[in-house]
Amino acid sequence: VDGKTRFDVRPFDPFLIDSPMPYAYSDQNELLEYFRIMYRMRRMEIAADNLYKGQQIRGFCHLYDGQEAVAVGMDAILTFDDPLITAYRNHCQMLSRGSNVKEILAELTGRYAGVSKGKGGSMHMYNRKNNYYGGNGIVGAQVPLGAGLAFALKYEKKANVAVTMFGDGAANQGQIAEAINMAVIWKLPILFVCENNQYGMGTSALRASATQDFYKRENYIPGLKMDGMDVLAVREGVKFAKEYAVKNGPLYIEMDTYRYHGHSMSDPGVTYRSKDEINDIKKSRDPIDRVKERLIEKSWSTAEDLKAIEKEIKIEVDEAAAFSKIADAPPVETLYHHIYQEESPIRGTLLNNGTRVGFPST
Amino acid sequence: MMTGRDALNSALDEELARDSRVFVLGEEVASYEGAYKVTKGLLKKYGEDRVVDTPITEAGFSGLATGAAFYGLRPVCEFMTFNFAMQGIDQIVNSAAKTLYMSSGDIKCPVVFRGPNGASAGVGAQHSQCFAAWYGSVPGLKVITPYDAEDNRGLLKAAIRDNNPVIFLENEIMYGKTFEVDDAVLDPEFTLPIGKAKIMREGKDATVVGYARSVDSSLIAAEELAKEGISVEVINLRTIRPMDYETIFNSLKKTGRLITVEEGWPQSGIGAEIGAAVLESEAMFYLDAPLVRVTGADLPTPYAKNLEDLAFPQAQDIVQGVQNALGQTIASAAATTV
Repeated sequence: VDGKTRFDVRPFDPFLIDSPMPYAYSDQNELLEYFRIMYRMRRMEIAADNLYKGQQIRGFCHLYDGQEAVAVGMDAILTFDDPLITAYRNHCQMLSRGSNVKEILAELTGRYAGVSKGKGGSMHMYNRKNNYYGGNGIVGAQVPLGAGLAFALKYEKKANVAVTMFGDGAANQGQIAEAINMAVIWKLPILFVCENNQYGMGTSALRASATQDFYKRENYIPGLKMDGMDVLAVREGVKFAKEYAVKNGPLYIEMDTYRYHGHSMSDPGVTYRSKDEINDIKKSRDPIDRVKERLIEKSWSTAEDLKAIEKEIKIEVDEAAAFSKIADAPPVETLYHHIYQEESPIRGTLLNNGTRVGFPST
Repeated sequence: MMTGRDALNSALDEELARDSRVFVLGEEVASYEGAYKVTKGLLKKYGEDRVVDTPITEAGFSGLATGAAFYGLRPVCEFMTFNFAMQGIDQIVNSAAKTLYMSSGDIKCPVVFRGPNGASAGVGAQHSQCFAAWYGSVPGLKVITPYDAEDNRGLLKAAIRDNNPVIFLENEIMYGKTFEVDDAVLDPEFTLPIGKAKIMREGKDATVVGYARSVDSSLIAAEELAKEGISVEVINLRTIRPMDYETIFNSLKKTGRLITVEEGWPQSGIGAEIGAAVLESEAMFYLDAPLVRVTGADLPTPYAKNLEDLAFPQAQDIVQGVQNALGQTIASAAATTV
């Protein structure tokens, strides 16, 4: 197909729907591009880890390393006309939606150059122009919001799909069932993407969920489970899913994936799972190694060439991290901006301690 | 003459006609024509794409409305009562109210959440409660509490045209009441400014500040007191957030006595906010007597009529409140209570 080469992927598990074929076509340029993006994501998250440990990042910080194939495989199919919303593990989705490492790390360190000008932080990054709606901190709330994005697509008769992402932990939230119910009765063009990374915080899916088959747990919505550690599997699955959803309505996707880091920075990630488990996954299923192996196997690249690319990206990320440490903090007056769309009187922490006075004088 | 219900219905009708991005959703808003008939006739006129019956799923559809507003639609989301909105309050507070700020202005959310709020008749504790103070405390929300047909029309149309998330707290008991309206109010372009109170009746001896149905009982009380030669100024707040402190303070300056009226609970209520605002400003120097707060009783709403009547402010409570304020001075209050 177009001079491309066929690669096998793990067979898909469909529910109430046909299955895509268990292979994908790709070529050297494509795979090199996936490798670059995934490696950039990996380095960005490692940089965030270091910045956090160096006390440059405050509060919560949830890292995505291990799950990169999900973001990149989806991005290979979705366009900026397909609205995307996710939860708080969102740095890499922000990268996919037209941002860069510098702006993202600067947001993590609370700088004015950050994507949310320092007012969002790790969990709250957006790009309205490219139809990216964050970055949401309340577990599960982004799923009805995503249904609203799909409702709007249908209302405006757009041939696009909305995508809302959530973890295996959030999958137990009642509002996911509420959103799926509405999406099915109204045939909304939406993909409910469950990133099953096996743990909701420190509770394994085995202990939290009455079924491990997330993709068929709501028995009235078609589902598709795929290898979320293989960018080509994700790409083929999402391609199939988007075509289906635009034509027929909602689909529940389960990404079988794994997070290397703990839930957030305060979690070493080893009290509820073993180091061996993590190392086994890293050794056998790592999404970046997967692409590397294919590139080398087809002689499309060498270990040395890939090392050179890694080095180049590492420099890019290191520069972004350095910038994020020295960039300016947000100007104090921005504290009072964007509470409403128009300027309005805002009280400060003390009376009159704002840019505008709280009470009128008599 | 127009009922509170017809005023809301005509406002929705005109805004649906004016802007194709406006749509109505909620439980029973379409085929059933609204649990309280506020959306009567709209399905027939605008079709099921724009007048949307939802399942009974408040967390889901308040989130769906918010997401649709993020994209650029202008949803009007009806809660059958605001008591049920508690199931979706996370979406209102955490998603609708905060995302503009968290995104430094990138994601906008022009949504209206509307429905009956406050004291209802004979429905017990879980269906009869005022949420004005709850939503009024949240930055990012605007909170509107209309009283009469003019308010309903002018403020609902303004809410739908506003670019921010708006909580629109109606009162079921006012739906069926008939009000006089000027011709100007019937103009499709008629709107009222959000954040401006209205002086319903001028007076010089005491200022009574209420909102929604409390304005009704305040006006009745003022009429009673007028018979005794007491002149009461009645302010209809219209908007809880942003609050029109200026109109309250100017009236207090004139009368020297301030009585607040609300159906909500006393602690951290609207009267508490107004009282604190007076104490925090120069307006306190114009108080000739301690502030009087007439509030809902500090308890869940009882069912039996005789008990329910005692749980919410009646005109007589307001009469009493004004008399208390007039019978005292700051000095006499200090002498008797300390």
